[in-house]
Amino acid sequence: MAIISTAGLARTFETKRGPVQAVRGIDLTVREGEILGFLGPNGAGKTTTLRMLTTLLAPTGGAATVAGHDLARDPAGVRRACGYVAQSGGVDGQITVREELVTQGRLYRLPRARAAERAEELARDLDLTGLLDRRCAALSGGQRRRLDIAMALTHRPKLLFLDEPTTGLDPGSRAGLWDLVRRLRDEHGTTVFLTTHYLDEADALSDRLVVVDRGVVVADGTPSALKREHGGSADASLQDTFLAITGRGTAPADPTPVAV
Amino acid sequence: MLLHDTALVYGRYLRQSLRSRFGLLFGVLMPLLYLVFFGPLLTGLPLGGRGSSWQLLVPGLLLQLALFGASFAGFSVIVENGQGVIERMRVTPVSRLALLLGRVLRDATLFVFQAVLLVLAAVVMGLRAPLPGVLVGFAFVAVLTVALASLSYALAMKVRTPQEFGPTINALTMPSMLLSGLMLPMTLGPAWLDVLSRLMPLRHLVDAVRDAYTGAYATAHMLYGSLVAVAFAALAVTVGTRVFRTAGA
Ligand SMILES: Nc1ncnc2c1ncn2[C@@H]1O[C@H](COP(=O)(O)OP(=O)(O)O)[C@@H](O)[C@H]1O
Ligand SMILES: [Mg+2]
Repeated sequence: MAIISTAGLARTFETKRGPVQAVRGIDLTVREGEILGFLGPNGAGKTTTLRMLTTLLAPTGGAATVAGHDLARDPAGVRRACGYVAQSGGVDGQITVREELVTQGRLYRLPRARAAERAEELARDLDLTGLLDRRCAALSGGQRRRLDIAMALTHRPKLLFLDEPTTGLDPGSRAGLWDLVRRLRDEHGTTVFLTTHYLDEADALSDRLVVVDRGVVVADGTPSALKREHGGSADASLQDTFLAITGRGTAPADPTPVAV
Repeated sequence: MLLHDTALVYGRYLRQSLRSRFGLLFGVLMPLLYLVFFGPLLTGLPLGGRGSSWQLLVPGLLLQLALFGASFAGFSVIVENGQGVIERMRVTPVSRLALLLGRVLRDATLFVFQAVLLVLAAVVMGLRAPLPGVLVGFAFVAVLTVALASLSYALAMKVRTPQEFGPTINALTMPSMLLSGLMLPMTLGPAWLDVLSRLMPLRHLVDAVRDAYTGAYATAHMLYGSLVAVAFAALAVTVGTRVFRTAGA
């Protein structure tokens, strides 16, 4: 069952210096319950695609169905079905964790008492219990990320979009976040659509990869299939595979984390 | 749902205002300085109005308070855009109109509160005006705030950086203040200035509040002032809502 399908989804921004084709035409399907890694270099159009799929940005071309709702005709249905964590997060540093969680519950139309309960539940699930009365600005990077995700899970969405969820996190927090993503899928069957430019993360976490470059999908498959097809063998590194796909230069002698 | 969502957004931002005692009072500072250091200069001058000089000045200062306070309201949206707070709210089912209305109603509350403080200070300085007239003045502060704050939020959603936002607002507020005769009635000046100032919506509001402060409610000024204020607010909220609906481009 496809939970997302898009056809020619495109977005052009009109800027002072002329039009910018951020997304030229994305065709993809995401199956229910899968962890999809949406991989691509900076500026490839990942965030723009996510913002279209979450109704934040109107496409200038193409169409998409998200969780059974047509993106253009039923944005409210799409909003009820999915959660979204932007790269920058989305909490006010001056407000307490509890207040943000409760307000989010109320924005999803939970009654007051239920929103307060839901805040406690989310805090328990995401290991934020001791932090509820702290201001958001006083959280560490990893705690902040867990809060962002808690906010997005308020209404138990079937589909969760994460935009570069581990950028800027220390290795311990990154590992914790990977576990969290797997747990969401295994325990709740949540479909997770995550963007990353870390190849190791895409490799370790995703059931399937969609590689985008310059606003179009350039490869699509399981990590091992992509390695076989583009990297020469199943043992090829994802880095070599990626370079073969995007045709960019030679492998940088950069240590981990491998970013493109 | 619109009501529920508006109340929710209003509550969030009102709590935000209440957390900062400085922010709560900051807006009164400039009009208060005018009241204390400029007001006494006018008491003996022939200003041509019907009441005392305070009945002329205080309505102007009230609208000045709303003009400067509400025009800069958009700064908070620039900050929130940077934090991702606005997008986070826009992926929820919350009404887009409520995201705007909750904010502008908070602003109206805040500036009416500051207007009350200013009027109390003015009474100490020597203002005497009928209560209904004073209440009419607060209503104009509220409507003007709704209008200007809506436009300010709309602009803030478009420009995205404080470097673009601040100068734009400055370039608009200063001439508005001078040309609408907030400090002194425009009828004192040459005819060309008086005519020019009639093109400013704010001119009609201040004329209406000045009438109200002398107890004259059924006047042409009051009619024009009310019509201009309501039309301006309706237009501004429409613009604001459109921007909040389609934001992101
Ligand atoms: N609001 C915007 N206005 C103009 N150009 C934009 C806007 N948002 C993104 N872009 C441009 O679109 C391209 C894709 O951006 P983005 O989707 O953020 O890429 P990614 O998330 O893959 O790094 C970039 O060239 C970026 O500069
Ligand atoms: Mg991005």
